[in-house]
Amino acid sequence: MSDVILEATSLVKHFGGSDSWFGKTPKVQAVDGVSLRVRRGETFAIVGESGCGKSTLARLLMRLLEPTSGAVMFEGKEVSSVSGDALKTLRRDMQFIFQDPFSSLNPRMSVGKLVGEPLEVHAPDMSAQHRRDKVAELLRKVGLRPEHAGRYPHEFSGGQRQRIGIARALASGPKLIIGDEPVSALDVSVQAQVINLMGDLSRDLGLTLVIIAHDLGVIRHMSDRVAVMYLGRIVEMGRTEEVFANPRHPYTQALLASIPSMDGSDAARRPVVLGEMPSPSNPPSGCRFHTRCPHAQGRCKEESPTLGSYEDGVACHFWETLAIDTPLPIPSPRSDATQARFALYRAATEGGTVTHKKPQPETATKQHREDHL
Amino acid sequence: MITKAHSSEYPADTLLSVENLTLRFRGQSNDVVDDVSLRVRRGEVLCVVGESGCGKSVTAMALMGLLPVGSTRISSGLLKIEGESLCLVDTVVPATLRGNRIAMIFQEPMTSLNPSFTIGNQIAEAVLQHRGGSKAAARERSLEMLARVGIASPEKRLSEYPHQLSGGMRQRVMIAMALANDPQILIADEPTTALDVTIQAQILNLIRDLRDETGMGTIMITHDLGVVAEIADTVAVMYGGQVVEQGPAADIFADPQHPYTIGLMSSMPRLDRPGERLSIVPGTVPTVAAMPKGCRFRTRCAFANEICGTRPSLCDVTPLHSVACHHAPLEAHIEVAV
Ligand SMILES: Nc1ncnc2c1ncn2[C@@H]1O[C@H](COP(=O)(O)OP(=O)(O)OP(=O)(O)O)[C@@H](O)[C@H]1O
Ligand SMILES: Nc1ncnc2c1ncn2[C@@H]1O[C@H](COP(=O)(O)OP(=O)(O)OP(=O)(O)O)[C@@H](O)[C@H]1O
Ligand code: SF4
Ligand SMILES: [Mg+2]
Ligand SMILES: [Mg+2]
Repeated sequence: MSDVILEATSLVKHFGGSDSWFGKTPKVQAVDGVSLRVRRGETFAIVGESGCGKSTLARLLMRLLEPTSGAVMFEGKEVSSVSGDALKTLRRDMQFIFQDPFSSLNPRMSVGKLVGEPLEVHAPDMSAQHRRDKVAELLRKVGLRPEHAGRYPHEFSGGQRQRIGIARALASGPKLIIGDEPVSALDVSVQAQVINLMGDLSRDLGLTLVIIAHDLGVIRHMSDRVAVMYLGRIVEMGRTEEVFANPRHPYTQALLASIPSMDGSDAARRPVVLGEMPSPSNPPSGCRFHTRCPHAQGRCKEESPTLGSYEDGVACHFWETLAIDTPLPIPSPRSDATQARFALYRAATEGGTVTHKKPQPETATKQHREDHL
Repeated sequence: MITKAHSSEYPADTLLSVENLTLRFRGQSNDVVDDVSLRVRRGEVLCVVGESGCGKSVTAMALMGLLPVGSTRISSGLLKIEGESLCLVDTVVPATLRGNRIAMIFQEPMTSLNPSFTIGNQIAEAVLQHRGGSKAAARERSLEMLARVGIASPEKRLSEYPHQLSGGMRQRVMIAMALANDPQILIADEPTTALDVTIQAQILNLIRDLRDETGMGTIMITHDLGVVAEIADTVAVMYGGQVVEQGPAADIFADPQHPYTIGLMSSMPRLDRPGERLSIVPGTVPTVAAMPKGCRFRTRCAFANEICGTRPSLCDVTPLHSVACHHAPLEAHIEVAV
C-alpha cells in the first residue's frame, strides 16, 4: 500500500515572459521548483492562498499543462514522454474533478451521456447495454439514481452536479483522482455529502486522491498528508495530523491561526495579520515569505530555504528555533443535553428509527411568542 | 405593529429592526421571505446564516429598498431605523431614511464598481458625497481605508481601474468604500466569501474594530458558520425564507435547538475529529414553488411527523433565544433506535 504512485521533481511552470504582438508580458512564476511524492491509496492535500499556484501544479501533475522544466512520474513512468496508447492509459488512470459544478459539465449532454462518454473512449468495445448498466452502477455509487441518466445538468443542484462530475471521473476506472477545490462551491450541508462520498470512494475503491482546497477544516478532515504552498513553492509538507498539531513554518502557523474558533466564543486568538501576498510575477528574493514573515532576518532576504525532501520538510531557515504558538481552536465541550441532541441527529440521519414520545406536561407550558422580536 | 411583549429585554439602543417581513416575486405562488423579523443593536453584529437560496440577499435588498418595484410584492413588513418607522408594504424606502447611515456591501463586487473610473476616484467620490471636505482629505481617507482592508501599496492602487484588480481585491475595495464614512449600520452580503482565510480574518477584525470604535451595527449575511463563530454577537438561522432559530451566538453554538441548525453544525468538518463521517442534511433545498406547507424544513428533516404539517411558531428557549420547531428540544421529544 505504501508504494509511490505519483512523483514530481523540481517542477517549474512560468507563464508569459515572451515577446508577443501585444508587447512583453511579465513572467509569472506560477510553480517554481516543486518536488513531491504521493503514495498509493492516500489522500494528499495541497493548500495555499489564491494565486499561489495550486491549480497550475494540479494541471502539471495531470499533464494538462507542459512544465517549463522538471518531471512528473506516474507509476514509475515519466508523464511528459508518453504518447499514443500509453497517453490514453494515463488519461484513464488519472482523472480530474473541477471546482465549478456549473460550468464543467456540457449542458447539452444528458447525464447518461456525460458519465458514459469516458467509457466510450476507454472501453470502446463495451456493448451499449453493458454501458448503460455501468452508467447506472456509477450513478448509484455516487448517490444518484439510475433514472437520472436521461436528465440534463441544469435539472440538478450544485451538489448533485458535483456527484455527476465524480461519476464521470470514476467511469474510466482511474487509480488517481485530482480534485481542484471539489467542494468549495457547495453549501456546507451539501459539501458534507460530497466529502463523505469521496471518503467512501477512496476507502472502498482504494483510490488515491489529490485534493486542492483552501478550507483548512476540509483538509484536516480528508487528508493523510498535506503540502502547504506559498508563491509557487511548497513551504511545508508532512502528515496532516502533525502539520496541524505542530506547524513548523511561520506561514503554516499564520494560516492555522486564522481558522475561526467554532463555538461562537469571542476570538481571543487574534489571527496574525499578514497583508498582501506579493505578485508571482515579481516574487521576493530569498525566502519568498520574508516580506510577510514576523520572524524574518537578514539571511532570509538573501538565501532561499529548501524543503529538502519529497515527503516531509519545512522550507524555513529558522524553524527549529521558532516557538509554536498556534493552538488549534478546539471547540469547548458541549453540555449533555446538546450532546444528546447531536447524537439523536446523527442516529436519525444515518437510518435509525425515530419515535416521538408522548407530549409531556413540560411541553404544554412552553411559551409561544406573540411577537418574535 | 408595535413591539410590546419583549421591549424590556431590548433596550432603546436598537439601530435597525424589521418586523414580519413577507414578500414574493410576481408570478410566484409562495412567499420567498416569510414573516422574518430581525433586530440589530448599537455595537452588535447580527449574522444571518443559511443555505444558498434561503432568502438572505432578498431580505437585505428589501431593507435597503433595492428590490425591483414592479416585480416584488411585499405583503407585510415594518422597518425601523433609530425609532423612525416605515411600513414596507407597497412603498419605496426613501433614500433619506437610509441616508448616510446605512452602507451596503454587495455579494457581487464587480457589478457595483464602475469600470470606467479609477479606484481612487470612486472611493474619494463616496467620501466627498457623504462627508464633504477637501479632495485632499478624501484622498487621505481613501488611502487609510485601503490600507485597513489589507491592500498593499494603496497609493499605486488608487490610480488603477477595477479590471486591474483581482476579485478578492475588488471585494476589499468595496468594503473600504462602504466603511469610509463610518456608517452607523452596515449591511454586508457575503463580504468575505471570495477571500483567502488570512485576508478574511483581517476584514473580520476591521469590522470588529469599527463595531467597538464607532458602535456600528452590522447585519452580516453568510453561509459560513466559521465566519459566524468568529464575528457574530447574535445569529438568525434562515431556512426557506423563514427564520427558524435566533439568539445570542454563544447560545446558538452551545445549545442549538432546530434540527436544521444542528444539521448545519454537524456538517462542518471538525478539527478535533478528523476523518469522522460527517452528519449531513439530507437532500437539497426545495424550490420556492415546491416549499412544503407547515414547517418548510420537514421534507429534509429526520424528525418530522404529521404535526410538522402545521407551521411551528418561534418559541422562547430562553428570553433571548428562540426556535421554530415542534419537537425542540429533541432529547425531550424524540427517541431514535439504531
Ligand atoms: N494560463 C495562464 N497564463 C498566465 N498566468 C497564469 C495562467 N494560469 C495561471 N496563471 C497565474 O499563475 C499564478 C498561479 O495561478 P493558479 O491558478 O495556479 O493559482 P491557485 O493557487 O490555483 O489560485 P486559486 O486559489 O485562486 O485558484 C497566478 O498568478 C495566475 O494569475
Ligand atoms: N428578482 C428576483 N425575481 C425572482 N426570484 C428571485 C429574485 N431574486 C431572488 N429570487 C429568488 O429568491 C430566492 C432567495 O434568493 P436570495 O438571493 O435571497 O438567496 P440567498 O439566501 O442570498 O442565496 P445565496 O447564498 O446563494 O446568495 C431564490 O430562490 C432566488 O432564486
Ligand atoms: S418542525 Fe418538524 S420538520 Fe420542522 S424541524 Fe422541527 S421536527 Fe423537523
Ligand atoms: Mg485554483
Ligand atoms: Mg445571496
